[in-house]
Order: sequence, then structure tokens, then C-alpha cells
Amino acid sequence: MEMPQPDATVLAKRDRIVTRLAAVVPPEALITDEAECRAYECDALTVYRCIPMAVTLPSSTAEVAAILRICHEEGVRVVPRGSGTSLAGGALPTEDSIIIGVARLREVLEVNYPDRIIRVQTGITNLSVTGEVESDGFFYAPDPSSQLACAIAGNIGMNSGGAHCLKYGVTTNNLLGVTLVQMDGTVVELGGAHLDAAGYDLLGVVCGSEGQLGIVTEATLRILPKPEGARPVLIGFDSNEVAGACVSDIIKAGVLPVAIEFMDRPCIRACEDFAHAGYPDCEALLIVEVEGSDAEIDEQLGLIKQIARKHDPVELRESQSEKESQKIWLGRKSAFGAMGQINDYICLDGTIPVSSLPFVLRRIGEMSREYGLDVANVFHAGDGNMHPLILFDANKPGDLELCEAFGADILKLCVEAGGCLTGEHGVGIEKRDLMSVQFTPEDMEAQMRIKDVFDPRWLLNPAKVFPLDVSAARRAAA
Amino acid sequence: MLRPENEQDLSEIIRGADGALRIIGGGTRGVGRPVAGEVLETGAMSGISLYEPGALTLVARAGTPLAEVEEVLASEGQRLPFEPADMRALLGLSGTPSIGGMVAANASGPRRVQAGACRDSLIGVRFVDGSGTIVKNGGRVMKNVTGYDLVKLMAGSWGTLGVLSECSFKLLPVPEAQATLLSDAMPAAEAVALMSRALGTPYEVSGAARRADGRVGLRIEGFAQQVGYRRDKLREALGGAWEVLEGADSAGFWRDIRDLRAFAGQGGDVWRISVKPSDAPELVARAYCPVVMDWGGGLIWALCDEGRDLRADMGSFSGHATLIRASEATRARLPVFQPEPAAVAALAQGLRARFDPRGILNPGLMG
Repeated sequence: MEMPQPDATVLAKRDRIVTRLAAVVPPEALITDEAECRAYECDALTVYRCIPMAVTLPSSTAEVAAILRICHEEGVRVVPRGSGTSLAGGALPTEDSIIIGVARLREVLEVNYPDRIIRVQTGITNLSVTGEVESDGFFYAPDPSSQLACAIAGNIGMNSGGAHCLKYGVTTNNLLGVTLVQMDGTVVELGGAHLDAAGYDLLGVVCGSEGQLGIVTEATLRILPKPEGARPVLIGFDSNEVAGACVSDIIKAGVLPVAIEFMDRPCIRACEDFAHAGYPDCEALLIVEVEGSDAEIDEQLGLIKQIARKHDPVELRESQSEKESQKIWLGRKSAFGAMGQINDYICLDGTIPVSSLPFVLRRIGEMSREYGLDVANVFHAGDGNMHPLILFDANKPGDLELCEAFGADILKLCVEAGGCLTGEHGVGIEKRDLMSVQFTPEDMEAQMRIKDVFDPRWLLNPAKVFPLDVSAARRAAA
Repeated sequence: MLRPENEQDLSEIIRGADGALRIIGGGTRGVGRPVAGEVLETGAMSGISLYEPGALTLVARAGTPLAEVEEVLASEGQRLPFEPADMRALLGLSGTPSIGGMVAANASGPRRVQAGACRDSLIGVRFVDGSGTIVKNGGRVMKNVTGYDLVKLMAGSWGTLGVLSECSFKLLPVPEAQATLLSDAMPAAEAVALMSRALGTPYEVSGAARRADGRVGLRIEGFAQQVGYRRDKLREALGGAWEVLEGADSAGFWRDIRDLRAFAGQGGDVWRISVKPSDAPELVARAYCPVVMDWGGGLIWALCDEGRDLRADMGSFSGHATLIRASEATRARLPVFQPEPAAVAALAQGLRARFDPRGILNPGLMG
């Protein structure tokens, strides 16, 4: 992966920058030792690594602003970091950068049930937001698979989704306000506890901007009352095409499941070996979950099963207990971990129109044979967000490169089918150079104007999102 | 009047424009400061370009009449989730509401509390910026984080950053049944508390409003059995006496709330105030004029004396007030949109300068 030349002027004044930073954050919040900085050299996309110049772990908005002001004055690039769980390399440092991590921003500032909001500092994990309100019957809807570890800051940066967004939407649909520190240290409040933007929807622009417009230190999130109950049904098919057709029919029938998850045979086997969820051995498996009271669930699942039967399922099994439901979900949520145990893999994240599902799956199968690399598919079928896992051998020379080429071909296929490169993981470093597959130069130009306004010197989260040649003139001028 | 036939045409017209343009779709949402300029009307860029019921997505050109889209969706038992209002009666305008105008206004009705705003269902846009450049963002899939989200930026930007040529939406099925619980009249504070309790239950309340006469309505939608069950559970959870509206009566109640029928044909200015629900009763007291409350109290529609600066009279609060209906003179005198803090205003100004460097798209409309 090509990265810009480190800024020699900045590297040369490292000591001065560190001294200045030490004046605004406590010693325990500033890491300069190379060995300790190494812990921040990558995120969950571990194939790319780079040790930053220093790491700061501020514990207040004021500290973040002070650090950014210094970096702005010194012309230092800054890489924001949540929990470092990005699968796209969104938190990959550059050699001449300072990391600002939000790990110490962990306060819950307000829990407000009448207004159905929670206000938090953004270093808090996704799951702990729900944990905060769960006993009172509420939850925070976006549920990325990494929810145990991932921080709200990263969720906002990447506009994270999850398995349940067919009904509840993704982060941007559940985010009401942020405190944003701009690169020059200016602090702005966007949105709040009210439901819509005053002027331009800057909140909507910041969400999903991959940490390139500012650092979000506080967030107001919408919390929702927990449904009375939820229950999944497992539907197994002997072909991917039929499973895809079944998904489309369920959606057309007017039922709105909270989740429709899809796994193919390699993935089913790996998950079953790992989590013993009781998955049937078949070509394609759907997990369809609906919510409500028992009677409501029965009514909806009745309709879903009726539709499924028309497609001759090889297995049709409703969860009989809370414990069984948990097992079913554990299997699905551990898919990445399960695959990781048996192979090295890269995980893709393209989205396609649901109607193209059979075609895209067939093409991926053909390409898998052409490349000689296996693929396991697991994805959110209701919204067309695919997660093909391409398996490779990291110890075999050339295998990673082959795997990346295959991945790029799959993402191009997603775009050709009317979809996009990334549904919930973000562009980061990983898909940066593929942006021009989806966007014209004019489309990217329009996006880069936003960056020009928020971060005129292009210092925040460098070398991500936009292909380097596309942003070259701007970076040179800055 | 300029009337582009298609996106390319729109691009050439804007590129060739030598003065201010007043952008209108159907001309049914005349909000904002009066704009002087040649009218550019999008009605000829019409038609549904793609509708996939099985994928819950629809793509339509910006000038497509909203009614046409709603009709096509209804034939498949689907709808736009956010219940866009028809403001014609309120504003005393005729014309045909268009898809582009709806998006430019981020028009979101009572279902906002449950299904999100227009911007939440909008998954893709194509537009032409102030230099005549054609830009696309988002697409036709409902999960998409590829690049920055200009889709949200365009929603509610009132044609000041670009002229929409095409919009894509995520859809929802129309539920089989609906019912509304209707309370007796009650003061604003009591009403907001009641609506908050209702919205905090698991019974999926999809509308919570207080009418001008003080009566609170709570809407449940779903399969027939489901609606019956939830209606009864909700009534049980909240206690008190309720009238029940079913089917068309329920739909009528929400149409009136959505379109603000209570204030149509009534003299006076109309303000729209977006606020944290629990702050609403205090603001209603300060406004001291007839109000309709929607979104569980999070949205206040106020009908006040002509020319009154209601925003100033309410004092400082967290949220914002927009002057929706007033004479041109009042709209020229009072900021229509809430004045922004300097740092936020600088960002907005920066965006405007880059998307419309010549300042020709609805100049001054948003202040």
C-alpha cells in the first residue's frame, strides 16, 4: 500500500512537538517510547503497520482541543483512534503522525429516559452503551459484531452498522448530536437532543467521515425501548440462489424482520465447529429474526415459514428457547473468529441490491475457482451488505497479493451490480484506491470539498478514503 | 422560467446562468427568505427510474410528483417511511409536491419518531452543483459508507448547495392495520410526559402528537392482531380514558397532524420549533400561543401574531426555530432559520462557497 512520504520537517522537530504535548496532557496520557507506541501500529487490518511518532490519550474535550491546536500549529498529521477495531485500516498511523486515542474518554454524561437519549464520551464501547440502559428496558440499536470492543468514536467515524439495521438503521440514524473538535482546536456542537438539524446536516456529514473532519469527543445517542421479545428461525437451503429468492419474497410480503443473516456452506461449517449452534449442514442458511410479544412473533414467523416452505427448505427450525436463540446468534457473531481459527482471511464489505444476490454469489463462486482461493460468505441479506471472507495462507509468498486482487474484483463486481464498495466497515486504507471504481473524479471532488472546509490543511487521518493521486494536489498545497 | 428536461440540460443551464436562480420543485413548500432570481423549475425531470419492491428501494427523478411515487408504492403495499407533509393548505399554495422539493426540505412527518426523517430514508442523490458539475453520492443500497455522506447534506439544504436531479429511497411495507388512542384534552406538560411514557414502551408507537385542542393521539401500526394487542397493552400501561380511532379515522387524525390542518386558513405566522421533548412545555408556555405538538413533544408548531419575533420571545433554548409561514416582509426582516454559532456558521458558509462559488443557487434563502 502506497503511503505519502513522511514529512521530514515534522520528524525533525519530534522532540519539540513531544515537549509541547507534554505540557497539555498528564504524563500517563502521552506515549513516546517506541516499544509502547508499537501497540498502536495497526488496527484490525493487521497486514498494514506503521509506528506513529507519539500517542496521546486525552481525557477531556479540552485536552483534545489543546493537542489538536499544537498539531495544527506544528503542521503535524493526526490519526484519531477509537478502540482500533477497524477492518479497513481506518486507524493506521503514519510515521509522522500523532495518534489521538479516545480510550480515556469513558464517562456517561447523561441518561435520559423521558427523552430517550444517552450522552456519552466517545471512548465508551458500543456494548456498554446498551449495558448502561438495559436494566431499565432500553438499548442502543447499532450492533456491529465487534460491539464488545469497538468505541462509539469509531462507530461514528465509520457510521457502523450491524446485524439489526434492517429495522433500526445504522449509526447515523441513531446519532442526534456530537461535540466535534476541529483540527485547529475549535470545538463545535452539532445537533443535540432534538431530532433534526438546524441548518445544513453537518452531523450527517461528520458521521462516516472516517475521522477526517474532526475528533468527536461526546455524542448524544438515541436509545430505544427493548422489544418484548425476539426469536430467530433457521432456514436451510440447498442452493444460494433459492436462499436469495426467499429473502426477497420475505421482504416483499410486508414482514419486517429485524435481521436476515445469510451464511454459505464453508461459513456454516466453520461456525458450527466453533460455536456448536446447531446449524444444519447445507448450502445456504438464513437466520431470520423477528420481534414483539410471543403472539406477534408467532404471527410473523408463521408468515415467514409459509414463504420459506414455497422454496423447499432443507431445514426450517424455530428457536425454542432464549438459550437456543443466543446460541444461534453466537454462531453468527463468531463467524469471523471461527474462520480465523482455520485460516488467514480478508473480510470484504461490499453492498449489493438484494435482487442481485444470486448473480453476485454465482460470480464469486466462479472467481473463487479462477483464483484458486476459497471464499466463505456471511452477510446481512436483508440490506444486501455482503461479507465475503477470502481465505489465504499468510505464509505462502504471493498469496496475500492474490487474495487482495480477488477482493478488489469482488468489490468491483458489487459496484457493477449497482452496489458499493463498503456497507459498514468504511474505506480506510483498504479500499482507498478502489474509490474511483465507484466514483467519478467529480464525485470525489465534491467529497473532498467537505474536507477542505473542515480540515483545510489535510492533516486529519491522512492517506485514507481518497486515492493518493486524487488528493495529491490538495495535500501538496496544504 | 428555466425548465431543464434532464440532468445534462440542468447542468448546462446552471453552467450558463449569469445570475441568481430561484430553484423550485412543485413550489409547494415556499419556506425561507424571499429569493430574487430567475425561476428554475425541475418538473420536467420526472419519472421513476427504478423500483424494486423486493429490495425495498425506489429511485426517482427529482421532478417526479410525490403523488405519483406514493401511488406506485401503494400498488405494491409499500411507502416512504417518513410520512412527508403536504404543506399546500397551510401555506396557501397550489402546485404539485415533488420528490426533489420534499428532499430539499427534509420533509418528515409524525412517523419521524419511529422510522426516522426523510434524510434517514434517503440513500442516494444525484445533483448539479452551482458550477454545473453533476455529482452523485450514495446509491441504491441501504447500507453504504463509501466516502463522505453528501446525501444527508443535500437533504434539508433547500437547493442552496445544488439542484437535485435524482433521489433514491429506502422503503417500508405499509402495515396491515393501524389504530390511534386519543386522550382527553390536557396541558402541554402532562401531554409530553404521557407521550414520553408511551414512546418508552415496547409497543412501537409510530406517532405521538398533541392536537391544538389539547388532545393527545398515539398511533400503533402493524399486522391486525398485533395492533389490537399493542393498543390494549399500551392503554393498560398508560391508564386513563382513551377513545380509539381505527382504520380511516386513525389515518385522518395523522393526516391532519402531518399537514398541520389546524392552522390552515388561520391568520398569523407559523413557526416550527425543534427541541428536546422535555424542554417543550416550558417553550410552549413562553410562546403563549396556539400550538400543535408532534414527535412526542420534540416538534412544536406555533401559530402566533403576524410579525412577532417568536424566537426572541422564547429566549435561549437548546434546539432551533424556523419561520415556516409569514409575509415576505417578515421573512425578510427575521431570520427564517435559526442563527448559528459562529464556528458552525463558518462551516456552512465554507460549504456554500465551495458548492456554489458564484452564489447563484437560492441565494440568501437560508440566511
